[in-house]
Amino acid sequence: MTEQGLLSLTGICKSFPGCLANDNIDLDVAAGEIHALLGENGAGKSTLVKIIYGVLRPDRGDVRWQGEVTRIENPAQARTLGIGMVFQHFSLFEAMTTLENIALALPPEDPEALRVRLQETASAYGLALQPDRHVYDLSMGERQRIEIVRCLLQDPQLLILDEPTSVLTPQETEILFETLHTLAQEDRAILYISHKLEEVRSLCDRATILRGGRRVDDCLPAQETARSLAEKMIGKKVQQVSRLSPIDSGSSVHLAVSGLNIHSDLAHGIDLTDISLEVRAGEVLGIAGIAGNGQIELMGALSGETGSPLAGSISILGTNANQLNPTVRRSLGAVFVPEERIGHAAVADMTLVDNSYLTGDTRLNFSRRGLIDWPAVARYTQNVVQNFDVRTTGVDALASSLSGGNLQKFIVGREILQEPSLLVVSQPTWGVDAGAAAAIHEEIQRLVSTGVAVLMISQDLDEVFLLSHRIAVISQGTLSTAKPIDEITPEDIGLLMGVRHEALPEADHATA
Amino acid sequence: MLRLEPRSTQSFAAAWLSPVMALVLTAITGGVIFLAMGKDPSTALYIYFIEPLTTTSGLSEVAVKAGPLILIGVGLSFGFRAGVWNIGAEGQYIAGAIVGGGLAVYFYESESTLLLPAMLVFGMLGGMAWAAVPALLKTRFNANEILVSLMLVYVAELLLVHLVQGPWRNPQGWGFPGTRMFPDVAIMPLLFSGKRAHLGTLITLAVPFIAWFILAQTRFGFTVRVFGSAPLAARHAGVHGHRIIWHSLLIGGGLAGLAGVIEATSTIGQLMPNISPGYGFTAIIVAFLGRLHPVGVLLAGIAIAVTYIGGEGAQISAGLPKAVTGLFQGIILFYLLAFDLFTRYKIILPSRRTAAQ
Repeated sequence: MTEQGLLSLTGICKSFPGCLANDNIDLDVAAGEIHALLGENGAGKSTLVKIIYGVLRPDRGDVRWQGEVTRIENPAQARTLGIGMVFQHFSLFEAMTTLENIALALPPEDPEALRVRLQETASAYGLALQPDRHVYDLSMGERQRIEIVRCLLQDPQLLILDEPTSVLTPQETEILFETLHTLAQEDRAILYISHKLEEVRSLCDRATILRGGRRVDDCLPAQETARSLAEKMIGKKVQQVSRLSPIDSGSSVHLAVSGLNIHSDLAHGIDLTDISLEVRAGEVLGIAGIAGNGQIELMGALSGETGSPLAGSISILGTNANQLNPTVRRSLGAVFVPEERIGHAAVADMTLVDNSYLTGDTRLNFSRRGLIDWPAVARYTQNVVQNFDVRTTGVDALASSLSGGNLQKFIVGREILQEPSLLVVSQPTWGVDAGAAAAIHEEIQRLVSTGVAVLMISQDLDEVFLLSHRIAVISQGTLSTAKPIDEITPEDIGLLMGVRHEALPEADHATA
Repeated sequence: MLRLEPRSTQSFAAAWLSPVMALVLTAITGGVIFLAMGKDPSTALYIYFIEPLTTTSGLSEVAVKAGPLILIGVGLSFGFRAGVWNIGAEGQYIAGAIVGGGLAVYFYESESTLLLPAMLVFGMLGGMAWAAVPALLKTRFNANEILVSLMLVYVAELLLVHLVQGPWRNPQGWGFPGTRMFPDVAIMPLLFSGKRAHLGTLITLAVPFIAWFILAQTRFGFTVRVFGSAPLAARHAGVHGHRIIWHSLLIGGGLAGLAGVIEATSTIGQLMPNISPGYGFTAIIVAFLGRLHPVGVLLAGIAIAVTYIGGEGAQISAGLPKAVTGLFQGIILFYLLAFDLFTRYKIILPSRRTAAQ
């Protein structure tokens, strides 16, 4: 399958203030292959593809396109050369139709002719599209198809996809993979960026692995295990996380939500409709779902940061918490880890000590005669740093100076050491390196084994299956009935992801 | 084309060096301007920046002038840290002078020693009441506090003019706008005979340190700091945004009101239309020049006060126009903003980039 090098990079270097994003990277992509670019967050994958697509220019190194040294000045030139790219975040106008969005990106053309071309291309690759539907109506998978078709209409030789499955259901992922195989059979090359190992193993012909801005290995994913790929990616042995602790069926309910309705106060928020759930002591309830289906609203409702419920109730350790603010909920025994690390869970330009005080004051009472006992806060912070292996120059380091993984370990540790009865955590390992993720998973399991109840909202299905005793799926602001882990498969979850879980009338969005 | 690139780290030293550099460059620019006006720059700069600090009466004048700037600046720095933009301290200053001074107008024959403390309290309440309007409109209707507080400045100015020309006009004042002179018990005691530094000056010196303590050591101070840099994190910590908006506006208004009534009870001794040479606005420069840090505001207040006193000296002995004071304050702010830009960004020259490729 590797005939002639279509794209070949040699010695690519690119630095940003304070970081060498690409350090002497070589990469060869041949026509007709699906080539994975594998690496953790911050390994330099995005920088490298932005160089190929002309968004960034390398400081040093050569880009050869079809054998010739080429300077790619901008994305328009990249498209002319035959390079197409689908970004992780789509660039579509929600108020326009599929056809209009595609027409905007192409040279002027008769709309009816374009409609015919669009439908031909879409059906040739099995990408179902309805040209006249508005984008705001479409699922993430459908939106991605628009982006892909838009690229294909320009007949690219190389198609770059940046983390394409992060917004897709398992079923949508399968459709995408079929399309990509068809494209590869036509001798087009695909550069596939991912950190999902199983996906790369099943889809890709070759893989280039980046770590810390360097190319560390080239391999044939089919001959590797997920574990060996992970070890190449993070550069050390991966610890296997132990199995679930059993739950005592008679244990008490630490969090009970019933019939909860909440009107979202975000601009494009999702209203929560009739949410009911229960988490018992010593149990992890995992809530799967694609981003933007009400997870932010659910987290806000549980932590008490957003408006009070229109209907239903939230009960924390037996106390009705509907009208309680986060501080009172903490004093009841709940702790919270929101999804966004910087600016929500932690303040970037404050020290770790300040950030410990931020949420720790209620349960640990750092006040002495109305004043803050800073030495006590510093001791507590030191404790978190040591117990959770937070790599930092000291407790007085700014939160912004920590890597994503270390900051997340700090945040999770800060909450766990408060000895809660209930932990509500959203995306516990989103965007952190594999080593930190494993450490966080282990801590959550240890916490649960001591009888703490955990509600975990996560988009990462592997994580949900790894940690949860029961799983529910959030979709369009509704929640499916939670099922024990041995009674539910990833395919079931995929089916639950696209639907509203109750036949309820559409909520009125006009006031949102 | 020049490009700006964010620096990966921001140095603490650079943040404090930039106001110092701004002052130095202001002096140099001032020298150039004096030269262009046909004055000897070294003499003019000496009169302007050094002379006020060489005599005890000069120092006393600087302290008197710095007082209101520091009080208002410290109050504003609370709000600015929390991201609450109270631009109307001038109005709150006037409101404080009206409400506090009003007591002396009504009890003009009083001999009670309680009158002065009562006036100070009323002055603070007056400033707070004036600041409560933007707080209420902001929290209730999400009205922009910049506009509301700024517009209330003009309301306060006109209210003062109305009072001193109408109901509160001094019956023995030959028709001049102004109230009766305050009774002796309503006048700030002087610290040294023959100098204008007064008891209020001491209050002014204490306030920045109290504010520093509150910011660093209390939960309230902590929440103000968090709310300004990460409102979502503040909410996560259980802090209600509305409460911070109210508190920071009331503190800003209260201290501005206190400054107003101290000014009325010390150097002026009555209410009249021009009780402020724009202290409320200049204090915004002071707050930023002091890096929104209470002790920094203290130093910045003194530096700006020197430009006021030096400006007066320059008018008298060097024949320079009064506008030079405002000019200097503008230049300081300009340089400060420029240096702040360079502490956060670095300039990429086009030549360097092509050379690298």
